[in-house]
Amino acid sequence: MKKPKTAKKMMTYRLLLQGNEACVKGALMAGCLFYAGYPITPASEIMETMARDLPRVGGAFIQMEDEIASLGAVLGASLAGAKSMTATSGPGFSLMQEHIGYGCMAEIPCVIVDVMRGGPSTGLPTQGAQGDVMQARWGTHGDHPIIVLAPSSVYECFDLTVQAFNLSERYRTPVIVLIDEAVAHARESVVLPESGQIAIEERPRPTVPPEWYIPYADPGSGVPPMPKYGDGYRYNVTGLCHDIRGYPTTRKDEVEPLIKRLFSKISKDAERLQWYDSYFTEDALVTVVAYGSVARAGLQAVKQARDKGLKVGLIKLKVLWPFMRHTIVAVMENSPRILVPEMNMGQISREVKRVNRGNCEVLTLNKYDGTLITPREILQRLEEIYPC
Amino acid sequence: MLETAHPIHKYLRSSKKFPHIWCAGCGIGIFMNALIRAIDRSAYNKDNIVLVSGIGCSSRLPVYVDFNTVHTTHGRALTFATGIKLAKPGMKVITIMGDGDAVSIGGNHFIHAARRNVEITSFIVNNQIYGMTGGQCSPATPHGVKTVTSPYGNAENNFDICLLAEAAGAPFVARSTVYHTKLLDKLMDKALDRKGFSVVEVISQCVTYCGRWMGLNSPVEMMKWLKENSLTVDKAKEMCEEDLKGKIVIGILADRERPTYLEEYEKFVR
Repeated sequence: MKKPKTAKKMMTYRLLLQGNEACVKGALMAGCLFYAGYPITPASEIMETMARDLPRVGGAFIQMEDEIASLGAVLGASLAGAKSMTATSGPGFSLMQEHIGYGCMAEIPCVIVDVMRGGPSTGLPTQGAQGDVMQARWGTHGDHPIIVLAPSSVYECFDLTVQAFNLSERYRTPVIVLIDEAVAHARESVVLPESGQIAIEERPRPTVPPEWYIPYADPGSGVPPMPKYGDGYRYNVTGLCHDIRGYPTTRKDEVEPLIKRLFSKISKDAERLQWYDSYFTEDALVTVVAYGSVARAGLQAVKQARDKGLKVGLIKLKVLWPFMRHTIVAVMENSPRILVPEMNMGQISREVKRVNRGNCEVLTLNKYDGTLITPREILQRLEEIYPC
Repeated sequence: MLETAHPIHKYLRSSKKFPHIWCAGCGIGIFMNALIRAIDRSAYNKDNIVLVSGIGCSSRLPVYVDFNTVHTTHGRALTFATGIKLAKPGMKVITIMGDGDAVSIGGNHFIHAARRNVEITSFIVNNQIYGMTGGQCSPATPHGVKTVTSPYGNAENNFDICLLAEAAGAPFVARSTVYHTKLLDKLMDKALDRKGFSVVEVISQCVTYCGRWMGLNSPVEMMKWLKENSLTVDKAKEMCEEDLKGKIVIGILADRERPTYLEEYEKFVR
């Protein structure tokens, strides 16, 4: 029987997926083979889906005794050579901070998904918030670089999880995916790409024989190659400041280059990490800067405002850290006002204000009662602040 | 003639900047020597062993020896070890922890690792004190001992680490001291050989802090104390609980067959 021409296209996955489930699809697409976690609302679906799907692709799943142990196991598995991830929410994310620092220092790739709920403390377990933006940046102690991505739709949960793995492998560093509860629990119809259609990156591997291998020497890219266990490249991994051979050191001529390299391996690529979508920004007198679920409401509000004749636009941030200074500064050159609506008391707006060189007015719209910011609320605020 | 064929030369890292951090008279060196001898006797080679440690004096050991080594965070060695074993079941995973590391900050990980029975050989060097941070009392410090954080005497009871491991489900549990090196050799061979989570508690001396607090002012005095206070499992069986107070029971305390986590996992998911 002859198949109609469009049959294959129609058969490509059109799925009704939850954000959390899409996250798992992304992880598996990226080649994740290890998951360790601890149940927590509103992130549990990621763990449940992993428990079911990971063994089917030959991976290993384990439920650990707490979040500290979960990230410890993830780092161990990654050292052994498996792409690894965990997922949690605010309180569990707090427990993971110790090992996020270890991952940064020892340069162990891994992905941590934080489905944000209302806080502080146990807070609002079943309701959304965007309160972990600063915890994701500065939660662990000491100066450290970090990459944080923020999806705003079910498809982006898939896509940015794949990219989180890619970035963590490319830079040998923990990458955090911050999803707000509304996006994680939203169900949307999505078409996912098939494997092969999306680029998957692997960590750099040593090409020299084991006796020549120097584990933390800068090969020029700032990212030293990383062997897997059993291949003969025996080296020491430590959370202490270490020399290029991986041995603990307190010598300032060894500590300073290490910390500098940890930062510069990511900051040198800052311009490559400007991931955003822009809508109607060319002539905007007010530009909305938003991320996560709020960016969805923001787009709706901007469209309604345009219908009313207001020149407003939207920048949707997909990368929160390193902060997209280049993008925001460019917006400020064209737009006299910026509105940052957020489901917190002003965490990204603080950064926007920080990079402002005084030629732009930065205004906020904050909500921290567990409910979503609606298009109507953003529209009202836009009308209030629109320059007449 | 100098003994140059000692196995330790085969396993020490030549690229590491020695000297090591341990005080003169510390027991960890004896333990390290025993560990290297045991590995040398075993079927494992340098490439298929991963040595994972936490934080503390004994946890500095992996830095000096030529295996795949991971010096992790305080108390969390077993969590890393679990991940490594699951992701790469072919590796022999050994953890080295101190008493504060294993049963204070890492106590939860310890009991769950024993319950789960992932194949990890776990050595706990118990010097009954926090040595690296300056002699604070640990969950293994005996009742009544004065330390810098118990200046009027330790009001708490100490853990029996082996009893804890056994109750939590570890299939192989044993104890020795660094004085009883022949026994230590035997127990280490058995522990490395066993499938599942095996625990060997090694009572060691910290002359710098613990000895001072206990009134034992030299390594020799501490060694004598280890010798005189230890008794074998068989002897202990004939004694009442009252007489066993303050004594160190050495030998194999538990040795039983239990399916490992990976065996069970394979059975359920494949």
